[in-house]
This record gives sequence, structure tokens and C-alpha cells, in this order.
Amino acid sequence: MDEKLSNIEQTVLSDYKYGFVTEIESEEAPKGLDESTIRFISAKKNEPEWMLEWRLKAYRQWLKMEEPAWANIQYPPIDYQDIIYYSAPKKKATIESLDEIDPELRRTFEKLGISLEEQKRLSGVAVDAVIDSVSIATTFKDQLAEQGIIFCSMSEAIQHHPELIRKYLGSVVPVTDNYFSALNAAVFSDGSFCFIPAGVRCPMELSTYFRINAENTGQFERTLIVAEPGSYVSYLEGCTAPMRDENQLHAAVVEIVALDHAEVKYSTVQNWYPGDKEGKGGIYNFVTKRGICYDHAKISWTQVETGSSITWKYPSVILKGDHSVGEFYSVAVTNNFQQADTGTKMQHLGKHTRSRIVSKGISAGQSNNSYRGLVHVGKNAANARNYSQCDSLLLGDKCGAHTFPYIEVKNKSSVVEHEATTSKVGEDQIFYCNQRGIDTETAVALIINGFAKEVMNQLPMEFAIEAQKLLAISLEGSVG
Amino acid sequence: MNQTDYLKARFEQLQQEEPGGNLAAVRSKAFSAFERMGIPTVRNEEWKYTRISGLFNKEYTLAADIAALSSNDLTTYQLPAHEEANVLVFVNGIFAEQHSVIRSAGISIQLLELAAKNEYAPIVAAHFDHSSSYVNDGINALNTALLHGGIFVHVAKNKVIEHPVYIYHISDARNTPVLAQPRSLVYLSENTQLQLAETYITIGGSGSFTNQVMEVVVEKDAQLSYYKIQNDSADASQVNTTHIRQTGTSVVNVVTISLNGGIVRNNLHAVMEASHAEAHLYGLYFQQGNSHIDNHTVVDNVVPHCQSNELYKGILDNNATGVFNGKIFVRKDAQKTNAFQSNKNVLLSDAASVNTKPQLEIYADDVKCSHGCTVGSLDEEGLFYLQSRGIPYKAAIALLLQGFAMDILEKIRLEPIRAYVTELIAQRLTAESI
Repeated sequence: MDEKLSNIEQTVLSDYKYGFVTEIESEEAPKGLDESTIRFISAKKNEPEWMLEWRLKAYRQWLKMEEPAWANIQYPPIDYQDIIYYSAPKKKATIESLDEIDPELRRTFEKLGISLEEQKRLSGVAVDAVIDSVSIATTFKDQLAEQGIIFCSMSEAIQHHPELIRKYLGSVVPVTDNYFSALNAAVFSDGSFCFIPAGVRCPMELSTYFRINAENTGQFERTLIVAEPGSYVSYLEGCTAPMRDENQLHAAVVEIVALDHAEVKYSTVQNWYPGDKEGKGGIYNFVTKRGICYDHAKISWTQVETGSSITWKYPSVILKGDHSVGEFYSVAVTNNFQQADTGTKMQHLGKHTRSRIVSKGISAGQSNNSYRGLVHVGKNAANARNYSQCDSLLLGDKCGAHTFPYIEVKNKSSVVEHEATTSKVGEDQIFYCNQRGIDTETAVALIINGFAKEVMNQLPMEFAIEAQKLLAISLEGSVG
Repeated sequence: MNQTDYLKARFEQLQQEEPGGNLAAVRSKAFSAFERMGIPTVRNEEWKYTRISGLFNKEYTLAADIAALSSNDLTTYQLPAHEEANVLVFVNGIFAEQHSVIRSAGISIQLLELAAKNEYAPIVAAHFDHSSSYVNDGINALNTALLHGGIFVHVAKNKVIEHPVYIYHISDARNTPVLAQPRSLVYLSENTQLQLAETYITIGGSGSFTNQVMEVVVEKDAQLSYYKIQNDSADASQVNTTHIRQTGTSVVNVVTISLNGGIVRNNLHAVMEASHAEAHLYGLYFQQGNSHIDNHTVVDNVVPHCQSNELYKGILDNNATGVFNGKIFVRKDAQKTNAFQSNKNVLLSDAASVNTKPQLEIYADDVKCSHGCTVGSLDEEGLFYLQSRGIPYKAAIALLLQGFAMDILEKIRLEPIRAYVTELIAQRLTAESI
């Protein structure tokens, strides 16, 4: 068995297939960060005065804040002056149709498997593609507009829908929420904005595709989703980056507002470049995601985290309204030297609020995978209900799996349950598969898929297949 | 003079009075650690839910006159069957030999300061202050820095100590608020058995703060049962560190019963350094009024093939707050570890709250580890069932709670102590159901 194991361990990790660089001319802000950088970004985007003020306020707060150190992750200090905070593909004017996109860019997205053209014609998924700092194209805009749905880039929204932006931007993740969200508020360059009017059920999946391309840049995008009373939307997010030796910073913010009876489903397949086998390079993924639910509203986060050298991410739900529901489904995979500290926060404030957390962590190689979650039941959250389950699977004896669940209950009528297990892929399970002619590698993939199924089932169809493949790729060669 | 200056003066005085020996160096180191870290605040992750800094606004007296206490004062507080037990008494944190009784052969007790100089010096040197590598805060360091009147308990090889050892911690707060800092090191040699029962009593109404550190070393084939009963008055607070090292294949059974007190913080560590060692940690907390109970446990699996079980159950009423933080570490080579942990809470009032954090940190792959925790109120169906059979609502609640507590109570294998604790809980439940 031992010999066999070493053979398997020798199996080379499959390459990160999204690691290419596209040669596009881009326009960049000078390296470093001070108020002039922010003014530069704001001016570039032709932003109104209030937006600049908002950014500057965030920046001044950020200066006073300290980088958090509590997460179970290690990385050398980040030099915030050595980052380019704005990078945009050059040939961009306002694009009316897809044909006007730089062909080089379009090829990039085709390589990534998101053919904007094809998406438009066939799959019925509206895509907003963001490369480096700016949104490149948004498909299906017109069809959506017929129903009153606004789906556009953040910079467009600031120009055309300032009243909505002023009302909701920063309402869920305040400027001063945390170190990385403050930084994002100061320098965010683009992102997606989505508004679903009352009573409208969005007829297609909305999707944003993020891509870091330029070297030395940080990507700071900001997504805002507002679902008016009684509306429904399902939103997808995907991300990739080229392979580079140095680490790149990605500090995004996602805000969701679900008003009475609205439902928002947010799915992420995160596949930033995880660094090479020696742990060199890769993306630092420091993301703040939070939604707020009003009466009878529902927010559901689903995430498949396979990339990034470091993930620091806690999609949360504030269950403010009575009878609101929050869900969190997560599969986090770490391999080689990746580190993930991820989980969720469920803040039960309203009566009869419910939340469900299913987290599956898979660690391999020399990676560390932590679940960190908070379930808070406030004094007035009568009859709140939470169920959390976090399971870890260890592949190999050099990796670590950790759980840090925080449970705070201040109400006697609430019921909160938390369960966690840690296990490995059993030799008997593998033997059983081998016996039936399934080789070890496939057997492990099979077992892992079964382990993650509960979460994968939550993903929209188009994503589920991609995510399953991704899972297999990320763990290739790590069977132990 | 503020409290820190007072403690500093006291430290310098102690260093002068009892210089030399290898403890002096440990103490100086601890004192500088205390000066550096101070009293932990809620900014310290380990103290996130427990605020003790307020306790230090009081002007405590350290090591107050212990002669004032007569043996008559003690009789009221005796645990049942004390006639059959070895009795160790600490008064205001200092070992009081005149009140103590040793009945069993094979057990020897002496001051720690002494043991550090005589034939036990190697043991003391190897194990004293081992806990500081697990609790990195000023409060633990303070105990070490101001070590005075601590004891060393040695159980000789191949001895089964038939009579249990009862440890009483008396704080004589009749005149002034008392800061008691009991310290002990218990050593179980190979092939021994020891049963410990420990309780805390504050006399008088000026309030007390007990900062206890107890270190236990359990060698090969030894068995330790340790029962801690915390049922002190509402103005008696404590921080309690029990650090158990299983240096040999051994079995440890700890039951912590917390029924009353001001702010009570228990650190319980089981460090499993030998294969096939077993640790069973149980706890029951039943708190009322404004009391605060905080149980922090650490099970550290250093070597393969160890097994640990942990079950903590809590009932919180009125404005009581409960905290549970259970850590299980599985080190890199500790394969085949089985570690289980569970924390169950019942809230009886809307003003009561609980914060629980069951935590796993695992660095080995061939392990079975699980943890779970629940918070809820009593089972409606169970209540209805009992009521439908003519049991009044309140009596039904008492019955269910008794059943809830039973899981832990039955782990107390020292019969008189179990009966005593069961009675305490029954009394409280009767009082509740009226």
C-alpha cells in the first residue's frame, strides 16, 4: 500500500489551466496608495462629488485601522504601497454591442469557457465580465430592462442610478466594517450592480465573471444586489487569474439587500490562481460578503472555494426581519500550501428566523483549512432556529483541518445545533472501489464528490458541472 | 496604592523573604510576564466573553492572617464522609497544616517551596509551571509570581490511596476582600490511584477572588479521579486552572460541578503525552442570579492512540451567563486519535445567555474527532407527556432538568460526593418548582 501511495503522490498536479496572460494594453494608476490615487480613480470614472467624498472618508478610516491578525492564516506583511490600484484595458469606450469588444479580450473570455457571444445566444445567462478593474461587457441588458431589472457595472450605476447607489451602497457593509472592506470602499474600481424591482422574478441567472490580468495589480470590485419586495434573483460569480510568482491582492465586497419576501441566491465558484506546488504566488482573497434580510426574505450563499493561496471570507446574513431565512453552503478545498479561513456569520435579530449552515472542508498536501463561523441569536429573536454542520476531510498527514464555531445565544426559545466531524477517506472505501475495477484516483474523486454533494446540489446546473470538475482537478495527485 | 503596585510590592517582599531555590527564577519570569500582559481583557480572544478586569478594582488583601480561622469555623462546610478522607485545607490561598489531616499511607504532602529543594526537586523542576505554556495570560503568571504556601502532593509508587483527598479552599473575607492564590502540584507515580474532591468556601461578606493553579502529573498505569464542586457565594469569583499531564498510559476522570459564584472561570487541560492514555472530562453548570460561568477546556493529543471524551451540560436561569470553549488539538503525529466533545445547554430565561465555541484543530489524518453543541429550551413534548400524567408543570420541568443533569452526576464515582451534589441540585430544583 505504501509504495502505491507514493506513486500516487508522485502523480503530478494538473496545471492551473486558467494561468495564461492576455496581452492587452492597459491603463494603470501609478503604484501606491494615497488620496491622489483615490482622486485619480474617481476622476477616471467620472464620478460625482459625493462618491469621491465617500471614498475619501473610507480611506481616512482605513488609515486608522489595523490589519486583522486573528485568522488562522500566515502570510508576509502586505506592502500596500506596492500595489497598482487601478488597471483598465485601454481600448474602452462605451460599448453598445458585443462586437465592439477588443477581440483579444473576447478570446480571453472564450479561453475561460465564457464565450460572451455564445452565452448571449444559447444559455440564457446574463454575464457581466470584469477584467482587472473594469467591467468589460454586460450581456442581455435590454431583455432584462424590459422587466425593469437593472444589471450593469457599478460605474454605470453610479452615473445612471445615483439615487439607488446612494441609498444602498455601504448599507450592509459599512465603510468602516473592517480593514479590507474599508480599503475596498476607498479604491474599488468597478463591479456589478443588480436591481430587481418589486414582484419580479428574474427570468435568467445573472452572472459576473472576474479576471485579474495585469501584473502587480490588486483587484477591488464591489457588487451590490438589491431585491425589492417579492422579487427573486439567482446570481453567479466566477473568478480566475494568471499564474504569477508574486502574490496578488483581491479584496472585494458584496452587499445584498433582500427586502420583504424577496429571495436572493448567490453562488460563487472561486478559482483564483492558488500558487504553485511550493506555495509560491497565488491570490490573497480577502473578501467581505454580507446580506441583509427583511421580513420573510431569504438569502442563500453557496460557494465552492478551490483557488487562492489564502482565502479569508465569511459570507454572512443579517436576519433582521421576522421569518427571514439565511443559508450557507460551502465546499472549501485546499491543496499544497493553500490556506483557507472561511465560514459564515448568521445574525438572528428578527423573530422566527431560521438559518442553515453546511460547510465541507477538504484539505490535502500541506494546506490548512479552517471553518470559522458565528451564530448569534439576539434577545428578541424568539423561536430562532439554526442548524450547522461542518465536516472536514483530510487527505494526507501533513495537512490540517480546523473548526472555530462561535455560538452566542441570548434567547431561551431558540434552538441552535452545531455538529462537526473530521475524517479521512477510508482504506476500506477505496478497497471496495478498487475491487470493482475503479482505480484509486477515480475512487477518491468519487468519494470526495459524495462528501461535497450536499453543497454541489445547491449550485445552479451550469455551475455544478464546472464545480465538480474543478474539485477533481484541485485534488488530483493528492490521494493519500 | 493601586492593585498592581500592591502586587508588585508583595512580589518583591516574597523574593526577599524566600530567596534561592530554583523557584525564584520561575517566579521572576512569571512576574515580568504578568507585568507585560496584565489582567486579561475582553480583547484577548481567550477572554472574549468573560470580563474579570472589573474584579481588580477592589482592594484585595493577599495572604491575610490565616490564624484567625478556627477549626470550628470549618465544621459547617465539611463535605460528607470527611471522617474517612484525607483533608487538605487552604486558607486565603495558603496551605494550613493545622487544619489538615492525612490518613493514608503512601501519600506525602509538603510545601512546594520545600519540595523544590529536597529529593523531589527533579519532579518539581520538570513539572512546575508547565501550565504557563498553555495559558498565556497575566492571571496565570500572577499565581506563579506570588507563589507562597503552595503544596506538593506525592503519591508513592504502587499505592492505591483508599481514602479520597478532600481539598477545601477557605477565603476568610470577614474583614477585608481576599485575594487567594492557591497553588499545588500533584504527582501520581506509576501504578497508583487517587481520588480528589475540591470545594471553595468564602466566609464573610467582603468578597473574594481565588486565582488557583493546580498542576497534576499522571504517570504510567495511574488513575486519577478529580471532582471539583463550585458552590460559593455570589461575591466570590475565581479563575481556576487545572493542568493535567498524562506522562504515562493512564486514565483521568474529571468532573466539574459549578452551581454558584460570581464570575467563575475554569481552565481545564488534559495533555496526553503517552499512547493509549484516556481522559474523560465532564462538567455540569447550573447557574442562577447574575453569575457567570466560563469553562475553557483543552485536550491536547500529542502522541498517537489516545482517547478523550468530553461532555459539558449547562442550565442557565435568571441573568446567568455561560461560556464554553472546548479545544481539541491533534498534533501532526497523533494518528488514531479518538476525541469526542459535546456541549449541551438549556436556557430557562430570556435574560440568560450562552456563548459556546467547540473548537477542533487537527493536523493528522487518521483520526476520529467530532464535536457538537446544542442550545435550546426544554423539550415541549416531554413536558406535555409528564403533564398529561398529572405532574404539575413546574414539577415536570424539575424532573426533566434532573434527568438532564443525571448524565454528568453519574460520572461521579465517589459515592458520598455524588449523593451530596445530587442533593444540592434537587434542592435547587425544588426551590425552582415552588
